[in-house]
Amino acid sequence: MAYLDHAATTNLLPEVKSLLVEQLGVAANPSSLHESGRKARQQVEEARERIAKAINVRAAEIFFTAGGTESDNIAIKGLHWARQRDAKRPLILVSAVEHHAVLDPAKWLADRGEATLEFIPVDQLGRIDMKWLDTKLAIAADQISLISVMWANNEVGTVQPIAEVVELAARYHIPVHTDAVQALGTLPIDLTLIPVAAFAASGHKIGALHGTGFLMLRTGVKVEPLQHGGNQERDVRSGTINAAGAQALALAVELAVARQAAHAQRMSQLRNELVTQVKVAVPEAVYNGDPEDRLPGNAHFSFFGAEGDAMLMLLDSHGVQVSTGSACSAGIAQPSHVLIAMGMDSVKAKSSLRFSLGSTSSSADIAKLAAVLPDVVARAKSAGMASETKVKAQV
Amino acid sequence: MKVLTALSGGVDSAVAAARMVEQGHDVTAVHLALARTHEGQVGSRGCCTPADARDAKRVADVLGIPYYVWDFSERFKDDVMDNFVNEYAAGNTPNPCVRCNESIKFAAVLERGLALGFDAIATGHHAQLKEVNGSKQLYRSIDAAKDQSYVLSVLTAQQLAHSLFPLGDVTKAEVRAEAAAKGLLVAEKPESYDICFIPDNDTAGWLNKQIQPKVGKVIDAVTGNELTEHDGAHQFTVGQRRGLHLDRPAPDGQPRYVLNVDTKTQTVFVGPETLLSVTKIFADRSKWTSGSAPEVGTAVMVQLRAHGEPLAARVVKADEEIEVELDQSTRSVAPGQTLAIYDEDRVIGSGTITRSSR
Repeated sequence: MAYLDHAATTNLLPEVKSLLVEQLGVAANPSSLHESGRKARQQVEEARERIAKAINVRAAEIFFTAGGTESDNIAIKGLHWARQRDAKRPLILVSAVEHHAVLDPAKWLADRGEATLEFIPVDQLGRIDMKWLDTKLAIAADQISLISVMWANNEVGTVQPIAEVVELAARYHIPVHTDAVQALGTLPIDLTLIPVAAFAASGHKIGALHGTGFLMLRTGVKVEPLQHGGNQERDVRSGTINAAGAQALALAVELAVARQAAHAQRMSQLRNELVTQVKVAVPEAVYNGDPEDRLPGNAHFSFFGAEGDAMLMLLDSHGVQVSTGSACSAGIAQPSHVLIAMGMDSVKAKSSLRFSLGSTSSSADIAKLAAVLPDVVARAKSAGMASETKVKAQV
Repeated sequence: MKVLTALSGGVDSAVAAARMVEQGHDVTAVHLALARTHEGQVGSRGCCTPADARDAKRVADVLGIPYYVWDFSERFKDDVMDNFVNEYAAGNTPNPCVRCNESIKFAAVLERGLALGFDAIATGHHAQLKEVNGSKQLYRSIDAAKDQSYVLSVLTAQQLAHSLFPLGDVTKAEVRAEAAAKGLLVAEKPESYDICFIPDNDTAGWLNKQIQPKVGKVIDAVTGNELTEHDGAHQFTVGQRRGLHLDRPAPDGQPRYVLNVDTKTQTVFVGPETLLSVTKIFADRSKWTSGSAPEVGTAVMVQLRAHGEPLAARVVKADEEIEVELDQSTRSVAPGQTLAIYDEDRVIGSGTITRSSR
């Protein structure tokens, strides 16, 4: 089997697995006042400090959550609501290529009449238009509650100019949130150099557990909580803290950051090998996203005339696991909003596949893909685009 | 054989898929996303709901076969839903399940499956396929109450050659028992009888949102008198008795039925049941499921409605257009319905009814 979908989720790190096996057997609630509780609390606080140190922020700025989606929701909704306390700031700016974990809470606020939402356009490589943002801030800064721009795109891999966004927004004192789910462990991250107001990360993308993650909220940045209960995480996120999960997350973050440079180098080499092999196998394949400034383990292609779903199914039957990279609703592939924002039409957008590499990836995986890809693309092309073809079928 | 099995989320397709797996085929399940009328957490009956997609996925899990969702919603809208609306607007009474089989399941889906390397499509339809002199022939199910050969009578011989109906030799009760025995959670799932894209069963209400209402007259075909007005001829179907809103009874006190719907003038003609009686049925869009058209003069059985009785008839014409003459008169049937022609229990072919006469 060739697993080429590490951007969806990656394997648990062996170090993390050993730690979890040890910790999951312990009965301890970090909020309990007795010895077991104190011990668990100590481990949680140490985990918080270790994560803070890894990305260069203060420990009090780390909030444990249940993952990237929750972190993004707290950042968007919580921050937007809090920003309405002292003045009316209806406008939320998000890049047109954000993950649904950012897009959907922003749209939800807009649909309820609690916000107006504008999308920062992107170019054909998926990179945001800084001039547009500059102009927008010059004319409407006092209307803006927050800006959200992802560190790097989960579908096409393009890295965003997040440092420039933060620098620009700082002039107007507008908080910037970044969804860094794909960036942590693959790109260098030092939040003293790029002082975002909020930063979302997920555990399972870096070899920790599913259902764990954190939100970095800069000191002084206020959010309204989304869930209420036991006042854990300083009221930002009520709910019993997952002590074992927090420790596993801290270990995974430390390892991800420590290994980032070497990992990125290996992933880039493998990715370049994959890109070369795909282009040899299917010369007409179109490589999407920024060819240089992109996630090291990401390769995203369009095979015009072949449907992503059909290629995915055929590759799956050959033991090659990939993604169409786009969101699903009840398993129905929608044309990717990322590719649409980059100027692709919906038919072309549906002809795309994302290949994403991780720590267990090897040249053998790429060879396996390259061996079956020509036939897979040819077959998918002969089957046509299910949703678009109007040709009357005759068997 | 590499078999593509269409899993709707219902019990029939689940058992059909299970039988394919047991027969040793290399089976892949697809759930067809057809009508996008349901959202998120709501919608628990009928088919095409997210709940059905989840049920279908769980069936595939239990059977240990790969599962994918194929989105044919645009094709379905063009070929089935829009056709349904257009046919009603033209005064006809279409059967959307027939159109879906004809243009989606055994055309677009089958064609895609063949292109992707599958050998055949298996569905949970209650009908039998038998090999007769080297060709596949379509027969009624052994369960007469559940027989679906009528809605499959639009398939061509070429389509049948790539089709598998594993449930033709069992009754519905046996299908449910088999599903329960195999641990398929859909064993007790209720039947879906209605039109899948009209979630609340309110066909008239649904059509009224699609078709611009046009006021017209209801005319007594016997006297020529105008009886009342209506607000859309598409709301009437030939043979309909209820909902005519006639405040004056017929002179002889007999109930009146819709005899004819003229959508050009928006006129609905009504009259006594005796005028509904017909013996000649005309159809177009002929399909010869058996592989060839019957000879003129052949004694056949015909079925005019999805759950109609088989009627004895004689073939008068059988090329692109069809004419049959019934041995005994029957109540007129609405244009748009399918005329299915049988040799006893074997399907010969079908056409779309255009008119009928005495």
